[in-house]
Amino acid sequence: MSVNHTLMAAGLDLAYGERQIVSALDISLPPGKLTVIVGANACGKSTLLRGLARLLPPQRGAVYLDGKPIHQMPTRDVATILGVLPQSPIAPDAISVADLVGRGRYPHQSWFRRWTSEDDAAVAEALTATDTAELADRPVDELSGGQRQRVWIAMALAQETDLLLLDEPTTFLDINHQVEVLDLLTDLVRQRGRTVVVVLHDLNLACRYADHIVAMKAGRIVAEGRPVDVMTEAVVADVFGMTSRVVVDPVSDTPMIVPIGRHHVERATAIPA
Amino acid sequence: MTHVIDAARIAAVRQAAATRRQVVVAGLVAALCVAFALAMYLGDYPVAVPGIIQSLFSPFTGLVDRGVDFIVLQVRLPRAVLAVLSGASFALAGIIFQTLLRNPLASPDIIGIAHGASAAAVFVIIVLGWSGLAVSFGAFAGAVLTALAIYLLAWRNGVTAFRVVLIGIGMAAMLAAVISYLFTRARLNEVQEAMAWLVGSLNASRPGDSIVLGGAMLVLVPLMVALLRGLDAMELGDDTAKSLGARVEFTRLGLMLVAVGFAAFATAAVGPVGFVAFVSGPLARTLLNGAGRGFLQAALVGALVMLVSDLIAQHLLPAVQLPVGVVTGACGAVFLLWLLMASGRSGRVN
Repeated sequence: MSVNHTLMAAGLDLAYGERQIVSALDISLPPGKLTVIVGANACGKSTLLRGLARLLPPQRGAVYLDGKPIHQMPTRDVATILGVLPQSPIAPDAISVADLVGRGRYPHQSWFRRWTSEDDAAVAEALTATDTAELADRPVDELSGGQRQRVWIAMALAQETDLLLLDEPTTFLDINHQVEVLDLLTDLVRQRGRTVVVVLHDLNLACRYADHIVAMKAGRIVAEGRPVDVMTEAVVADVFGMTSRVVVDPVSDTPMIVPIGRHHVERATAIPA
Repeated sequence: MTHVIDAARIAAVRQAAATRRQVVVAGLVAALCVAFALAMYLGDYPVAVPGIIQSLFSPFTGLVDRGVDFIVLQVRLPRAVLAVLSGASFALAGIIFQTLLRNPLASPDIIGIAHGASAAAVFVIIVLGWSGLAVSFGAFAGAVLTALAIYLLAWRNGVTAFRVVLIGIGMAAMLAAVISYLFTRARLNEVQEAMAWLVGSLNASRPGDSIVLGGAMLVLVPLMVALLRGLDAMELGDDTAKSLGARVEFTRLGLMLVAVGFAAFATAAVGPVGFVAFVSGPLARTLLNGAGRGFLQAALVGALVMLVSDLIAQHLLPAVQLPVGVVTGACGAVFLLWLLMASGRSGRVN
């Protein structure tokens, strides 16, 4: 994992049928960093992630993995470098946690190289990292939403890729498990030098955990950079169409967005000038 | 607090699943052997066990007893072999569709492929007035054409499981109407012949049926095995499968063609015997309880169901040979009700 692979897109147009979702988008993901993509519902952030992960072929432009067009690379070669956790993966009925996580080893195996002790070790490490070790022989059907989400992340980790793309991995999780998942991803970046890209809904967690934040609106990037430089009241107003105050997170010194609605606005000083 | 797990425990969990798979296979093979022995033994013409064994090995030993050899080698053995081969074929067709479409209702006898074979066979019997091998050819062509039509109608930038199931069920209803229409304009003896074929039966089985079906399986099984690895990834959904590097569309199309092949050849040989394709996969998975995908186990269950159903059909009523489809239909309907009630209780009907 010492080599940092690069992932970038140039002039990317993505569409579902006739409906254009992402237009002329350029992005370069900083290697060895945690990048978070934020934006309102239907702004195209999940679509962008699917495009970057070669799950959706571009209408125009291209995605480049290590400088080569990703859609022209053999998909299994890509799978040993780039791992993806889609928004709603499917667990087969009655599959055990160890079996599901083991499926992450798929790109490392072939008809001639079946299961080895190396695969066992990778699964064990992924289960340990996601704190799901004691679930190994349980059926996935019987797990809670939070446990299940961590098992899916373990599946993506077992793939042992340098690049990891996750679409809203904290959805359905309690706040403590959300923080655990983001801590885990931060460990991967800081201790293993991996490149992680996450789509997140929670702006404050996004600002706290992102090394690099990408704010999207209507299929375009509105702002990107360090959260402290990017997440201003003006950007929040532009991206989410909502007035807010941006204060300093008392724990992490990162920007913290305090939304302003129509009710419960008690301090006159709260209203931005 | 983090729990640590090591590779040895993962290996142990995997080993436990492998052991369970082997135990299930061993149990099914044993049951199949017992059923096969019964199929050799039971019948109107009593043959003692040594006689049966002598007959079965007569090609190697050269010991001939014309009367016994005829009963064992020309009557009972071809029938039992055809039951095993067709049961396994129906089961594999069923479990491939059920796994690919992630839906226990998606077996070829529910989503219209068996109906396509039936409609074509009835057309051959009633409109063309042919019988015998022509009916088998018609059934085969009907199954393949129906599968193709379902695939094309379900296609919209790729096929989704849900669309295939819905279009298949619609197709089944339409083809059932076609069969009813053909009946209204047929003569009584033609209806009788068509009905006998539609129920599905081993009563008229010929050794040639087993040779054709067995030859087809020799081609289809290796193709299926070659494509199965991709299913490891595809069971997790298309996006996950693609990101794991699986060739999703290629594997899906390939496996569907193989499954249609199994269904078409088996239907051509014994008629659309109901519910074997439908019950075998879920039964095998119940036995495995999460220890695997159960293709081999499903094939064994299918062979066993077919063989035992045929024994019941032959010997349940004295002096009457029921078609095997009557027995599988009656048992299968009960299983369908159970499946619907069980999935209703757990809140999932998918």
